[in-house]
Order: sequence, then structure tokens, then C-alpha cells
Amino acid sequence: MKKTFKDKLSERIFLALALSSISALALITVFIIIQGAPIIGSVGIFNFIFGMTWAPSQGEFGIFPMIVGTLAVTLGAMVLGVPIGICSAVFLAEFAPVPVRNMFRPAIQLLAGIPSVVYGFWGLIFIVPLIRDYLGGPGLSILAGSIVLAIMILPTVISITEVSIIALPRTYKEGALALGMSHWQAIYSVQLPAAKSGIVAAVILGTGRAIGETMAVIMVLGNAPALPRSILDPVRTLTTNIGIEMGYATGDHRQALFATGIVLFILIMTLNITAQYITRKKKQK
Amino acid sequence: MTETKPKIKIRTVDLNLHYGSFHALEDITMDIEECKITAIIGPSGCGKSTLLRVFNRMNDLIPSCKTTGEILLDEKPIYGKNIDVVEHRKKVGMVFQKPNVFPMSIYENITIAPKRHGIKSRRRLDETVERSLKQVALWDEVKDDLGKSAQELPAGAQQRLCIARAVAVEPDVILMDESCSALDPESTMKIEELMFELVKKYTIIIVTHSMEQARRVSDMSAFIMLNKNLVGSLHEYGPTLDLFSKPKSTVTEDYITGRFG
Repeated sequence: MKKTFKDKLSERIFLALALSSISALALITVFIIIQGAPIIGSVGIFNFIFGMTWAPSQGEFGIFPMIVGTLAVTLGAMVLGVPIGICSAVFLAEFAPVPVRNMFRPAIQLLAGIPSVVYGFWGLIFIVPLIRDYLGGPGLSILAGSIVLAIMILPTVISITEVSIIALPRTYKEGALALGMSHWQAIYSVQLPAAKSGIVAAVILGTGRAIGETMAVIMVLGNAPALPRSILDPVRTLTTNIGIEMGYATGDHRQALFATGIVLFILIMTLNITAQYITRKKKQK
Repeated sequence: MTETKPKIKIRTVDLNLHYGSFHALEDITMDIEECKITAIIGPSGCGKSTLLRVFNRMNDLIPSCKTTGEILLDEKPIYGKNIDVVEHRKKVGMVFQKPNVFPMSIYENITIAPKRHGIKSRRRLDETVERSLKQVALWDEVKDDLGKSAQELPAGAQQRLCIARAVAVEPDVILMDESCSALDPESTMKIEELMFELVKKYTIIIVTHSMEQARRVSDMSAFIMLNKNLVGSLHEYGPTLDLFSKPKSTVTEDYITGRFG
């Protein structure tokens, strides 16, 4: 009797704790919508999303340049980071001799442990002047942000890709080799396609990390809320918009920042749902 | 009966194999005849599969593994500095214990290796698919769903697809590592029938746990057994009929009659 009571009690406790984490999500969602929705209503959803001017003091709240900024910086980080990440993962999973692997893995984990402000600081001191001196422009730019983010997403991309390659049945590789494929052919024609859903997950999680990153990019992007013309122009992203102005924003301005949060939220949700759809479709096939 | 002298496909002389300091196979000397089914039998852990994997150099995947002795395919060495392992594996195909179809369509499973080996024309790939599937008697079953995922096939059909995939590369020798042990009796029977067809063109070497299977399908049988130093060695080798009806040693007799192993 007593035991069943204990069981029931612990079950309840676990349920309560699980619910609290879900309700945190629900609360945050509801809160940002309540806070942000009115301003979207009064400005108009079209003007808010496609408006070119962000001038809170004059009551102009157009976030299009920041949406472009977010997409540009994220895309840049993906273009730079994903190939390096996947190649590193293949190297670690397939080619690296054991001592090298044992050195590499903790090093990559360490990369994940560096605080983002340190990345930002390093980018500001090292990458930004490099771009200014060799490529021109102010240095604070999409390119600088993309480089810093590319490094920041590496641990995510590498570790998830590597795990998904290692988790493949050994017989895939053996089967490919037994058919007279070279090691490299086995990797790209059998192992990588077989690990595709894991790799897609790695890329999506990396993208999510890049979109959500705030501190590091505030320091290297220049934060001008204007439409960029080249990758050497400064931009502002949705996250940095909130991060920079939150401290002093009031009234409509504050609501507009929450509305920026809503857009960010929808962007990431869309991304995740797309990713799930892609991986599910792959599996069905 | 006018029988020409059988051609030797694979010849090993004093084959020794070590994993690091562990001696796994000792002084194995045997000739494997062309277009015959040779069965390698013996108790678990005696090194049957290891021996089979010598022939397509699959043991190379294990860094500590060292193979010595003379091992010849068509009288040319398999091991050595100037041997192209990848080229060698095209000549010696392998079917594994569990069907290991790749997670892609039936069509792609068969064409993936020929494509890598330089066959680009769609027509030739189509022909390869049809020919290989017909050789394993799978064509009629799957010809309308070649785009279907191979992993959706039943296990027996998957294993036949694996054989078709090996055949598509046009090897000389096919190694089968307990390829029926994961299958039901009916599928096993189909694969055994297939072996009789394939052996007209290919040299087949199988590893099997089943005495019955060895007796049913093989022309030659090699009995591998741990010797007194606990190293795998060739205990008895000869025509299957002789080995099963009048084994030379009592150990062989004890094993094939199921007294141990």
C-alpha cells in the first residue's frame, strides 16, 4: 500500500516538473505575444515586416533590414561553417588516427564552452580590423559576423554529424568496401547519404544557434538598422535589435522589440518544422 | 569419366594471421577450385570468418591484423606492397551474415558500385540492374518497384539483393559469410538454389555453422579447428562427400556428427 502511494507521489512530482518546463515555454510565448501583438496591429503587419525604416523616436517601426540582416549573417555562417564542420566530422569519424581524435574531440568541446562574449571580443579585435584593412569598409560587417558565427556553430555541426556517422551500422561501410569502392567512395556514396537525417539535424541546430546568437554579433556587426548592399556593410539582426535597445525602450518602442521577438520566434519555428518535415519525408522514402 | 584437372582459383600456402600478439590462424595451406562451392566449417571462434575475410582483405579494416604467407588469386599474390586492394575487391565480392542493403532504392543499391567504377550510361546501368536481379531470381518480384527502398523488402529478398549487388560488379569469386544464418528455412532454400546457379560462373566460398548446409551445397569442405596451441588451423580438407562420409580424423567425425561445437 505504502509503496503504491510512493509511486503515485513520485509520478505526480515528475509530472509537475515536466509540466513546469512546458508551461515556461507556454508562458513565454503568451507573454511576448501579448506584449508585442498590439504594436503590430497599430503599425500594420505589412508595414512592420516590410518597413525599411527603424526610427522608434519618430514612431517608425520597420524591421525589414533586420530580417535581411539576420538571414544574411546566418546564411554566411552556414556557407562558411557547414562544409568545414561536416569535413571535420568525417575526418574524426573515418580518418583520424586514435591519438589525433583523442586530442581533437575535447578541443572541439572546449570550443562550445567559450562564452559568446569572448567570441565577440575576439572578432572585434582580430577579424574586424583584418576585414577593414584587407577588404575595405568599416570592418564591422556581415562578413565579420558570419565568420564569428561559423566558428561558434562548429561544435554543434561537428559533434552531431560525427555521432550520426559513427552510429551507422558497420556493415554499410564493409558492404561498400566489399563492392570494390575506395574508402572515400564508401564515405560519400554510402555513409554520408545514410547519415543524411543526422546531418540535416546538425545543420538545422547550427542554424538555430546562429539565428539566436546575440552577444557575439552585437560586437562585430556594426548594428546599423539599414539594408546592407554588400557583405562588407554593417547590419543589425533581430536579436541584436532587442539586445541593444531593451535597456532604455518604453511604450510603443518596447512593444516593438517584443514584436521583433515574435518574428524571431516564428522564423525559428518555421525552420524547425521544415527540418522535421524534410527528415520525416526522407525516412518515408 | 574424363575429368580435366580442376583449375585452382585461390591458393594459400602457410597462411598465418595475427591480431597484435594473438595468433588467430596458423599455417593454412589449401587450394580452392574454380567454379566450385567450398564450405568452411568449424566450431565458433575457430577463425572461419577471419579466413574468409583474408580472401577479400576485409581484415585490413582492423589495424592490428597482420597476414603472412602466400595467398594467390589466379596465381597472383593478393597481399603485397603493389596490390591495389580496391581493384582486388572488385574481383572478390562478399555477402555478409545479415542482409546489409544500403538505405536507398533497390535500383541504387545495385548501381551504386558500378557507377563508382565508371559506368555512366543510363542504359548500361539499367541492363546491369536487370541482369543482376535476374541472376538472383528477384527480377519478377521487384521489377515494378525498383525505386522502392530496399529496406522495405523481406529479409530473404534483401539478402538476394545483396547477392545481386555483389554480382553486378562482375566478380570472379563470391564469399558468403554465414549468409543464411539470419534467414528462415524457405529463404535459405532459395539462396541455396541460387548458389547452384551462380557456381556455374563464379567460385563460391561459404562459411557456415550448419553441417546440413555444408553437406547440401558444397563440393569441397574445409574443417577449421583450434589446434593444441588454441590457434585456428586447417584440420581436414577434401571433397564434401568424403569428408562427411569417411572423415579421416575422429575430431572431424565428432564435429560433423554434432558431438561438439
